[in-house]
Amino acid sequence: MAIVTIPTPLRQYAAQQREVNIGGITIDEVLGGLTAQYPELRRHLYNENGSMRNFVNVYLNDEDVRYLKKGNTAVAEGDTISIIPAIAGGSAALPNPPLRSGRENNALLQGVKGQQASDMSLSHDEILRYSRHLLVPEVAMDGQKKLKAASVLLIGAGGLGSPAALYLAAAGVGRIGIVDFDVVDSTNLQRQIIHSSEAIGTSKLASAKARIEGLNPYVKVETYETMLSSENALELFKDYDIIADGTDNFPTRYLVNDACVLLGKPNVYGSIFRFEGQASVFYAKEGPCYRCLYPEPPPPGLVPSCAEGGVLGVLPGTIGLIQATEAIKLILGIGEPLIGRLMLYDALSMRFRELKLRKDPDCPICGEHPTITELIDYQAFCGITTADEGFTEVDISPLELKERLDRGEDLMLLDVREAHEWDIAHLEGATLIPVNDVTERAHELSTADDIVVYCKAGTRSARAVQQLQMLGFRKLHNLRGGINAWAAQVDPTMPSY
Amino acid sequence: MPITLNNELLQAIARHSEEAYPSECCGIMLGEDEGEQRRVFALLPQTNQSAADEQYHRFLITPEMMLAADKQARAQQLDVIGFYHSHPEDEARPSNFDREYAWPWYSYIVVRVRDRNYDKMASWRLDDDRSHFDEEDIHII
Repeated sequence: MAIVTIPTPLRQYAAQQREVNIGGITIDEVLGGLTAQYPELRRHLYNENGSMRNFVNVYLNDEDVRYLKKGNTAVAEGDTISIIPAIAGGSAALPNPPLRSGRENNALLQGVKGQQASDMSLSHDEILRYSRHLLVPEVAMDGQKKLKAASVLLIGAGGLGSPAALYLAAAGVGRIGIVDFDVVDSTNLQRQIIHSSEAIGTSKLASAKARIEGLNPYVKVETYETMLSSENALELFKDYDIIADGTDNFPTRYLVNDACVLLGKPNVYGSIFRFEGQASVFYAKEGPCYRCLYPEPPPPGLVPSCAEGGVLGVLPGTIGLIQATEAIKLILGIGEPLIGRLMLYDALSMRFRELKLRKDPDCPICGEHPTITELIDYQAFCGITTADEGFTEVDISPLELKERLDRGEDLMLLDVREAHEWDIAHLEGATLIPVNDVTERAHELSTADDIVVYCKAGTRSARAVQQLQMLGFRKLHNLRGGINAWAAQVDPTMPSY
Repeated sequence: MPITLNNELLQAIARHSEEAYPSECCGIMLGEDEGEQRRVFALLPQTNQSAADEQYHRFLITPEMMLAADKQARAQQLDVIGFYHSHPEDEARPSNFDREYAWPWYSYIVVRVRDRNYDKMASWRLDDDRSHFDEEDIHII
């Protein structure tokens, strides 16, 4: 006999008992016996297809049976089987009354820029060009001169950097710097509106510079064709008033934050995913920094990038323009800056919500006793090992896979993307198990098979390989570069995305 | 059917929601349910296990934490009767996301935190057909 403990919500279906003694030698037998005795329990534990419901967990003594042999796990006399609900939830994005930070007419850069701005003059052509600014009392001639004297450095000429660069240039920000090392490809054009179809295959910097100069010849554009790193960040940032972070990866986000804190510069932050965006101004002199909000990066692979998860094309427009608006307000010293506030935007419900952020006195970089006093290795800090980037022993190249398939080798192809990606293209004979279900559905795979795991570009499949390795699978291969590499190198008839 | 708790426990929930801000806080409520009456006797505040950058609108209590809580409840002759969690800058009522992941029977106390300060709380129970939550009165003694 085993003891089955019943969670409180289900006791009403088990004659109000806390524990029930049931015979059986496996988990399935015991639970079968339980639901035979109390048939009403069945629909709460299993779905229509007879599988265990999500958020119902079964533990044998202190172990999750999913990590043992699931339903076949052996049960000994006197064992305790616990039915455990997992509990989760969270708020929706609901409208909120506007919150006032009590910070008004704060001229952050007024002092710094005041002298330089008064030395500026505007030509007749510029006065005409900025006419609609000059009519606004909060901008007017003084403000327009401040804009001309100001400099903003954009990290990335991508989804966020594109609209921000265009509007900052149109507004007359005197000097705009852009750091990027990428080339325009056609998947960028759905949202990176600074680039045109003709620019495909050319450098993003050249494309962005030409577009800005076409828009406003009075703007000086400086381009830095380099990957932002701990070695060059301080040097690049030091000659700019404001840094706008438009990157989509955690190592760069922490690097931009730390460099801004060390140099005492405001970091106008934005991030996007699918239909949701966030924006804030991290300015350690006046409020919290990014580390006060997120002291630790999430485990690598947990938060998908736009390349993996996709993004609504107009979303970076909204968030990038919030960044541009905040940069302009900081330069003009008007309004309430987004310092100490995290703006959350949900395009689907079309709602904004804001969270008050607190400066963390124990923050390792902007707190009272900082432990970080220079830039560190951000790849390592974010748990990204260089092995992930390079060739590892489980990797298989598209050409090698093709050869082995052509030789008639018996390889099991495991596609760990989502079903809607499978519909775009997939390898023939592959099996689809999305990466988040791999652990749960590992029983559908055999450790005896040679398994080749693939996704779009190789990141999710690497995660799936790790999960399967933890479950004891050994004959695993990760298709390097994913199905996009297969399309490029092996099958030109297959679309890339 | 109301849920009863004393002022000290109510204050503890309020404090936890303020400390966790701008993240959601969460905790397990231990008590007794006697059909007509339900009373909270102890709180087990939990560390929100959802991803760090999701905590502003998500909370997660893992099965391991539930297992430990259940053991603690038994040791005190109590039961897990519900959960509390906070909605920073949001309403004191369950979201659609809450409904998807909630269980019937349990009491779900949802706390509204505004501008880093505790604002109000309300308790809810999911209907048996999981279609909606009904609010239940909170009796403070």
